[in-house]
Amino acid sequence: MANLRNTYLGISSPNPFWLASAPPTDKYHNVRRALDAGWGGVVWKTLGSQVKNVSSRYSSVDYNGHRMMGFNNIELISDRPLDLNLKEIAQIVREYPDRAMIVSLMADNNRTAWHELIKKTEDTGAHGIELNFGCPHGMIERGMGAVVGQDPEIAKMVVEWVMEAATIPVITKLTPNVHSVVPTAKAVVAGGTNGLSLINTIQSITGVDLDTFVPNPFVGGQSVYGGYCGPAVKPIALKMLTTLGKNPATNHVPISGIGGISTWRDAVEFMLLGAANVQICTAAMRYGFRIIDDLCSGLSNWMDEKGFATTDEFVGLSIPKITDWEKLDLNFHIVADINQDKCIHCGLCYITCEDTSHQAINLEQGKPYNTYTIKEEECVGCNLCKLVCPVEDCITMVEQRKGDEYLNWIAYQERGLPLNDH
Amino acid sequence: MIHTHRLNEAEYTQNFADIHPPFETHEGASIEANRCLFCYDAPCTKSCPTSIDVPKFIKQIATENIKGAAKTIFDSNIMGAGCSRVCPVEKLCEGACVYNLLHESPIAIARLQRYATAPALENNWQFYSSPSEKSKKVAVVGAGPAGLACAHALAQKGVAVSIFEKEPKGGGLMTYGVAGYKVTPEFCEEEVQWILGVGGIDIQYGVELGKDVQLADLQAQYDAVFLAIGVGVARPLQIEGEALDGVVNAISFIYDIRTKDLAAIPVGDAVAVIGMGMTAIDAATQAKRLGAKKVTMIYRRTENEKPCTDAELDLARLDGCEIIWLAAPHHINGQDGKVTEIVCSEMVLGEPDASGRRSPVDTGHTFTLPVDMVIKATGQLPYRNLLSEVGVQFSNETHDSGSTNLKGVFAGGDCVNGGKEVVDAVQAGKVAAASICDYLFG
Ligand SMILES: Cc1cc2nc3c(=O)[nH]c(=O)nc-3n(C[C@H](O)[C@H](O)[C@H](O)COP(=O)(O)OP(=O)(O)OC[C@H]3O[C@@H](n4cnc5c(N)ncnc54)[C@H](O)[C@@H]3O)c2cc1C
Ligand SMILES: Cc1cc2nc3c(=O)[nH]c(=O)nc-3n(C[C@H](O)[C@H](O)[C@H](O)COP(=O)(O)O)c2cc1C
Repeated sequence: MANLRNTYLGISSPNPFWLASAPPTDKYHNVRRALDAGWGGVVWKTLGSQVKNVSSRYSSVDYNGHRMMGFNNIELISDRPLDLNLKEIAQIVREYPDRAMIVSLMADNNRTAWHELIKKTEDTGAHGIELNFGCPHGMIERGMGAVVGQDPEIAKMVVEWVMEAATIPVITKLTPNVHSVVPTAKAVVAGGTNGLSLINTIQSITGVDLDTFVPNPFVGGQSVYGGYCGPAVKPIALKMLTTLGKNPATNHVPISGIGGISTWRDAVEFMLLGAANVQICTAAMRYGFRIIDDLCSGLSNWMDEKGFATTDEFVGLSIPKITDWEKLDLNFHIVADINQDKCIHCGLCYITCEDTSHQAINLEQGKPYNTYTIKEEECVGCNLCKLVCPVEDCITMVEQRKGDEYLNWIAYQERGLPLNDH
Repeated sequence: MIHTHRLNEAEYTQNFADIHPPFETHEGASIEANRCLFCYDAPCTKSCPTSIDVPKFIKQIATENIKGAAKTIFDSNIMGAGCSRVCPVEKLCEGACVYNLLHESPIAIARLQRYATAPALENNWQFYSSPSEKSKKVAVVGAGPAGLACAHALAQKGVAVSIFEKEPKGGGLMTYGVAGYKVTPEFCEEEVQWILGVGGIDIQYGVELGKDVQLADLQAQYDAVFLAIGVGVARPLQIEGEALDGVVNAISFIYDIRTKDLAAIPVGDAVAVIGMGMTAIDAATQAKRLGAKKVTMIYRRTENEKPCTDAELDLARLDGCEIIWLAAPHHINGQDGKVTEIVCSEMVLGEPDASGRRSPVDTGHTFTLPVDMVIKATGQLPYRNLLSEVGVQFSNETHDSGSTNLKGVFAGGDCVNGGKEVVDAVQAGKVAAASICDYLFG
């Protein structure tokens, strides 16, 4: 059976699933419950100077009846007394010696403040530190959080201060509220960070109440931009993660993957794209800590099926598969095929192709069931019909190469081959 | 013995309570609405005689546009509220739902339709109006689904409509025929009022064509006439003993249930119901629900040939009705003028008949069933006399467009199709209204 034990920056945990720095990790009570449930470790809710939270802090995006496809918050860093947090962290470290304890920090923007905070943190026996350079609200007004993460120069400077004092591994958590995460990542790596984690939340407005006209969350008739996370952000996080794996200045740095991970499948995807372990927040806030059971069992079964014995064997395997557009094979051609035995005649493939794609599906009227067939010569192989089809494997994309050889855009241009074949 | 007051108040109420309870919360409706795949050229829509755009209204429920959903339904079927409760959806929209092909339960279209339409009646959302200028006058005979649908469509086109109805209430068999656990007479009345809310429709109750008013007068006084008088008298069994006390026809048995206090409806200890159509099922289940100890349904063919749907048969079975297949009534015996037993012929299936179903053949053997009540539900005969006396004849054209052999005289609904469903009658009323408009306005 696969061994889920995971080592990240030398910090060992029984599985690669950590709880991200957020309310699930903000006090002894929660963290104990999480670790009892089986989580590999926690990144303690960000500590720093004293803050005050508002009431009414979360909002979400529901989609076709599914709750919390996307989740939004306007909370600040921990609003509990620093000493209490530190005391509880020390207690957890003592009681759960086999679990990872990382403490997220966001000090005031000066060297002394960082040094003091790091000292106090290390005194708890914690195994690592995560620098919160990503919080997109509340803290930025005070020159902290995302403001630091958005400016590579400042970020580098802060990391240098931190590395002067830290004796345990340091992870820098990146903000996604930038055009590219690479400049800041490069800067903090140059500043000496041991690891990177991403993503923090994405600035957002989840919606507007159509009765009050006030955007969510409603705070006494007003609202603010919040930080977006949950399943909706996963594709964005995966892309940002991959850019670090593809960049020579950052691709050797261990990355903790975060952003929209809800299932073991999501976690495997993050790891295939370069995450050495993963962190989860929204999925736990949605269902509670018990989701750890399936995260572990699903991962373990998948690893067995694929023949991976340890979690580091497949990290990054998918990165080389991402290339530049001009290196894609233009001779690779696929055509949709509808399995008439599986077709339930919903017509979704037809109407989407007809209205919005390449008019490549034929409709033969029937009462009440129409018959839909592919016009192969019109099909560009865009995948849309397959994506909208509600029946698994009813529509498959069949390879019908345009030519035997691999032919990319660069070669295509050099040879002056014809354009606009459709 | 046949008698009344078999149950207490609470039992009657429970037995006649809503058989398909509505969604009580938006969440319930929303979960179901979101299951809908939003099919294109949807099989459910194509299986609805009135072609309601089902995926569209369900999507509108999902987006919480309930008014929009209601209007989508009513645009196709002005009795969409009633139909959501009485339609045999298992053989119409829900039967065609593509989920059936995945062996998943179909979308609860009827319940969703009810969810969208109920508030329209409750809050009197009037989506339609009748222009104040009226250029033509049309007489509609019969205020059943066909008559009402036709009148409603005509009113919107600026026609002054007068409805003549022999009963004291509108709704036709919806009010006087459909089983109590599907719709209450009160609901039917509400629906009729809501439909009349379009304006421009004058309705006269207690006026019977052929008695209180003649077709010739209507033809003279109106620009066109629409006949929507439904099917008529119950088909007689034409067997010995049919005149005995305790032999009743299903239509009048049900009419009583719809118009009287339930406790005042007499029902026997052992009831035989002849037939296996929707009316037979309704008579059998309601006899049982009125407190009959034993109800036996007798049908001359087998389950394969039955005219009712599986869902209806299940209902009868769940109500505890017994079923004897391949049995035809031979004669009824009595004592002191009252029914004591029914003698049935045992049948076998022979060659297919005109309907394509294998027809029953008498084996010559009989069996006897002790009963004190016999309910005849073997279909109704059209009001042939009434119509033929005044020279109205139907043709294929009448089925397609509502026009008859007489210029300016149109017909539709049960009286033309021989008795189908409410939804077919509504469609016939709609189609006839369009033909009448063509006739009036060219
Ligand atoms: C027992 C029973 C149960 C049924 N259950 C269902 C069901 O669950 N679901 C379903 O969809 N369908 C059901 N049906 C069928 C459905 O009720 C009819 O198909 C539908 O009502 C037909 O509408 P219509 O307007 O053509 O005729 P009707 O509803 O019969 O309306 C005809 C109207 O004309 C009036 N009328 C008749 N003669 C005259 C006259 N000479 N002068 C003036 N007025 C006259 C009548 O009083 C009546 O109001 C049932 C029918 C029966 C008998
Ligand atoms: C309510 C809430 C509070 C959060 N607070 C912090 C925080 O204090 N520090 C931090 O680094 N990230 C914080 N985050 C971000 C999460 O740690 C995580 O990066 C983000 O939610 C994406 O992961 P997810 O999609 O699994 O939720 C918070 C997120 C939420 C929802």
